[in-house]
Amino acid sequence: MTAKNPMKKSGKSATLTLKEHIVEIISDSGEGAQRCGQSLGSIAARMGNGIWTTEIIPAEIRPPARSVAGASGNRIRIGSSYITNGGDQTDLVVAFNEQVLLGRVRDRELKPGCIIILESMWRKHPDLNISTAYSETYDRLVAAGYNVRETPMEQECQLLNADPKRGKNMFALGMLCYIYSFDLQMAREQIALTFGKKAQSVIDANVKLLEAGHKWAVANLDFSFSIPATPTQQPQIVTNGNTALALGVMASGMELCSMYPITPATSASHYLSDVFEKVGGIVHQAEDEIAACAFAIGASYASKCTITITSGPGYSLKQEAIGLAVMAEIPLVVVNVQRGGPSTGQPTKIEQGDLMCAIFGSHGDAPKVVMAPATIEDCFYSIITARKIAEAFNMVVVVLSDASLSSSQQPFNRPQFNESWLAPPIDQSPVPEGARPYDWDATTGLARRFIPGQPGGMHTVTGLAHDRDSHVAYDPDINQESLRARSLKLAALQKTLTAPEVHGEAKGDLLLIGWGSTKGAIDEAVDALRAEGEKVSAINLRFLQPMQPGIKEIMQRFKKVMTIEINWSDNPDEEIIDEANRRYSSLAILLRSRYLVDVDCWSEVRGQPVKPSTIRRIALAKLKK
Amino acid sequence: MKSSATDCLLKLYDEQHGLEDYQSGVPRWCTGCGDNAILAAVQRLCRDEGLRPEKTVFVSGIGCSSRFPHYMKTYGFHGIHGRALPVAEGIKMVRPDLTVFVNTGDGDCCSIGAAHWIHAIRYNMNLTVFLHDNQIYGLTKKQASPTSPIGTKSNTTPRGSYLDALNPLTITLGVANASFVAQAVDWIPESLFDIVKAAYHHQGLSFVRILQRCPEWLPKSLDPWMQDPDRIQLLHHENALHLSPGLAKVYKNHLVHDPMDMNRAREISGHEDIIPVGILYQNREIPRYEETRQTGVLRTTETVRKGFEAELDKYSV
Repeated sequence: MTAKNPMKKSGKSATLTLKEHIVEIISDSGEGAQRCGQSLGSIAARMGNGIWTTEIIPAEIRPPARSVAGASGNRIRIGSSYITNGGDQTDLVVAFNEQVLLGRVRDRELKPGCIIILESMWRKHPDLNISTAYSETYDRLVAAGYNVRETPMEQECQLLNADPKRGKNMFALGMLCYIYSFDLQMAREQIALTFGKKAQSVIDANVKLLEAGHKWAVANLDFSFSIPATPTQQPQIVTNGNTALALGVMASGMELCSMYPITPATSASHYLSDVFEKVGGIVHQAEDEIAACAFAIGASYASKCTITITSGPGYSLKQEAIGLAVMAEIPLVVVNVQRGGPSTGQPTKIEQGDLMCAIFGSHGDAPKVVMAPATIEDCFYSIITARKIAEAFNMVVVVLSDASLSSSQQPFNRPQFNESWLAPPIDQSPVPEGARPYDWDATTGLARRFIPGQPGGMHTVTGLAHDRDSHVAYDPDINQESLRARSLKLAALQKTLTAPEVHGEAKGDLLLIGWGSTKGAIDEAVDALRAEGEKVSAINLRFLQPMQPGIKEIMQRFKKVMTIEINWSDNPDEEIIDEANRRYSSLAILLRSRYLVDVDCWSEVRGQPVKPSTIRRIALAKLKK
Repeated sequence: MKSSATDCLLKLYDEQHGLEDYQSGVPRWCTGCGDNAILAAVQRLCRDEGLRPEKTVFVSGIGCSSRFPHYMKTYGFHGIHGRALPVAEGIKMVRPDLTVFVNTGDGDCCSIGAAHWIHAIRYNMNLTVFLHDNQIYGLTKKQASPTSPIGTKSNTTPRGSYLDALNPLTITLGVANASFVAQAVDWIPESLFDIVKAAYHHQGLSFVRILQRCPEWLPKSLDPWMQDPDRIQLLHHENALHLSPGLAKVYKNHLVHDPMDMNRAREISGHEDIIPVGILYQNREIPRYEETRQTGVLRTTETVRKGFEAELDKYSV
């Protein structure tokens, strides 16, 4: 069968104005689809559009070429206004081969009728297996109703570049700039920025490919879109969550990050390793996760609060050391960029499975603060807040990010540097006569800590039960008193927090509660439902331990309450699941036990961010129940 | 890491400290335990060197010997099992102005903390590390440790331990960047003090294995060496320790050993019938991690602000 040529342009076509569009660029890994997608996202953000980019990452380092599992690329949701999440299904895909598309189709990531711009070189490939696979897949996609546009990207690039495998992504970027009516000059500037460290000849070659792609699209495509931007007045920056975390470390006044490589946390440390020294900071790569945590604790003990950044398995390994910091009341910030678990789980996939171990982890009663950034901007500010809380309360503060926040990009207001973010110099003044290293305040449990170098403050901190002088103590009263003091600090912090903001009206039929990165999708679903007349609202909990005040009062103003989470919960419809054995999702368990409110839950662990349309469907079903 | 100018409020002390200024509490070790001898040597070192108690930190893990910091009137960090070294590294990294000692036992260092031991040697930070090696777990009441001689009867090896002991000296000498390796025994106080002092003065990680008696669980284990002075071989060299006439008279087995000679050090450290006491290896040229990692940036609010704004510029749209 020969392909129809859908690329013939018949007359001038009108540009369709849209509110938003989701576009994907996918290829074998190493073909530059990631870079193309990131650049497109940045160009859109420069245009003043809202964006949310999501990385499509193959699980293996070098997957075979043209394999379903090998799809690598980027997915960009472009909107007229602020975009808070990755959205639903994809509207347009650029694919460098047909195999990488199959996984996306299987996972129902593509919208029915989605436009597919497909590299056409495979049709005439000398290997019969490849050409047959291509034409069969093409036929199936067309039959399934996708709007497939075969495009000779390779052939066109060959006119400019001897090795079209390099640079095809910039050709695609040029096409996309035409399709979305983006300013080509902005694209040129973006390329200059992206390849800034390379030679001018590299930048020029890429700009040529960009222009060729644009020119080809002008001549051959019979459609284009415009997503009018509503630019904000504030200057914007675009980063992913891990970069935002690292910028937060830089701005928080912390001077040391001690880490061990682990996906998906490590890119924060990569970036920090590159830039931290410029402001006198150090990234120490320790021999293992335990050492990374112990090193951070040693540094915190002797100086300013330090940070250790990890993901699930590393977080598990650090538990005993975290308990030590709790016991000795040494400030410490621990970032856990959550991934799929348990065990090695799904290293590159999103999950919110570590909430319980963040709160209850480490043996014995080890109270620590647990926070969860909800947006990329939050990733930045949460580190500054975490450092301040850690030092003010001499506590461990756990910041739970996730694999979605870590690699997604979003524009946000450029932070205005504030001196008060930085940590004050450490106290080296003599300790007053008679002062004790753990002189717990009777009401708040707080005690001033003595830092080595302070004359008169000499004492030995210990992970053993200890009294106000830090002397090892087996006295029943002392153990009771010290656990009380460490617990009270959480209550003292809780008294300083404010109630979460309700998205939607303050009362209604259904309240959706989430934490972390699901905020954008939940709020969007709420907006859609409210537009349909449903009385649905949402809250997002930034603090999981202690919990903000006013949560019970908010819940009581709704007829039904349910959490939306990306961790495990049993489905009550299962044959052997009933109220006596049903395992709720993590936040639901916490809310039910704390507030004695009948909080239902919905959760899934597909390794994907939860979509607004999914939440809408779940909420509607819950309303009807 | 450079401290900001305001961090460095130095007050110069010229006061003299006596032994009692370093003593805290009454050690709860058994009578005859080698830890007492090590404590005495270290307190004497602090006094002789005039170490300021507030600028001195003893870091330990878990075990009998790890109680050590509680008996020093300095700052102390009694942490968790096996992790004394990374804690001490963190302290030294951000506070090179502090004098940091590490007290760790054979279980703490050579078993649960073995990974940190290997890497601590490689970092070569300016730490003085005492391996209190009594060849047995004491605090948990007699289990075989990695340095227990094969056949050691213990609560977990009632018919005798199954494996050859590991030799902490040969292992340390096998790791890149080893810069100071010595062996001492608790029952020769003069030599113990000389070695502790040399370790303190070494710039870099000084690793001192101290063979010590455990009168409670392995009372006879070191008797062959205690009762026969000829089985102790005192190492000396013009560039290392010098033997006092008194010591040389009691312990007649001497060996001139140049601590720069790594091959010879490895050979001697493997000897078991006659054990070497003294400095096996010393190399003053090996870089120290905390110095290698100095950024050279004086950290002020202005430096941070400028660096931060420059990064934001990269991400501006």
